Amino acid sequence: MQVINQLEREQIRLDMPDFSPGDTVKVHVKIKEGDKERIQIFQGVVISKRKGGVNATFTVRKVSYGVGVERIFPTHSPIIDRVEIITRGRVRRAKIYYLRKLRGKAARIREKRFN
Amino acid sequence: MTKGLIGKKLGMTSVFTPDGNYEPVTVIQVGPCAVTQIKTVDNDGYNALQLGFEDKKAENTNKPLKGHFNKSGSSCYAHLREVDIEDPAEYQLGQNIGTDIFTVGEKVDVVGTTKGRGFAGVMKRHGFGGGRKTHGSKCHRIPGSIGCSATPGKVIKGKKMPGHYGLDRQTTRNLQILDIRPEENLILIKGAVPGKSQGVVMIKKVKFANKA
Repeated sequence: MQVINQLEREQIRLDMPDFSPGDTVKVHVKIKEGDKERIQIFQGVVISKRKGGVNATFTVRKVSYGVGVERIFPTHSPIIDRVEIITRGRVRRAKIYYLRKLRGKAARIREKRFN
Repeated sequence: MTKGLIGKKLGMTSVFTPDGNYEPVTVIQVGPCAVTQIKTVDNDGYNALQLGFEDKKAENTNKPLKGHFNKSGSSCYAHLREVDIEDPAEYQLGQNIGTDIFTVGEKVDVVGTTKGRGFAGVMKRHGFGGGRKTHGSKCHRIPGSIGCSATPGKVIKGKKMPGHYGLDRQTTRNLQILDIRPEENLILIKGAVPGKSQGVVMIKKVKFANKA
């Protein structure tokens, strides 16, 4: 068991910023095409975070050309180059799935204020 | 080159590969195995190595085995297995063999003893469907009919029935090695291998390679 915990600990990325559901983030994803590598940006709202050590994931939602797109990223995956936090949102829930039913103005999230 | 080593299944987890895939792996502690006996064609009729794995206290070893270990000049081992070799002259008694006989990306076969399920019914043992659970049914997990009437007047041989299940020797073939850590004697194999955690397994060079 110790060996397995050690193996999992080794893979955890320590360079991930501390973001939470409601935040708008830019995820820089490495994409391989043949032997070339480029970076694609996926920008959206974090609607959920799942714990579980190296198994942890987070879900980012954006509306692209009127269609909602959600992408689940393994938090510690090597394909993520970096995560940039754009805004901090104020939400009262850990999973903001209600956002899926909202459109336009209603789907806004109030920004967090730090006074 | 020996065609296999003794190891111990430590459990399963998942790892990220460099290209970003998340693969399930079994962690196996492989060796180091000591050569306790060398069998040759002249002496035994075939070429093989007897390997020992996991130290055992001398006071817990019985006299005949102690004598056997003394002959090779090694300490006492808990597990002994035989592996095929081509040239017995390459090896000395007491020599340690480690993970370096395998390479990353290579395919291997893993032999283990499956988990014992005791006396199991047909649903668990043979995957029968069982009966319906509701609508007045009283037949939930039973096998149903086991044959015809007066002709043939007997149950045919090999009919699948309840009985002892598990604790069998089983081989899983063509598993890929994803990573090797020689300093910790660890091998990460993609997928599952037979047996429980802490169970003793044999890791062997692949016998029937998959057709590309």
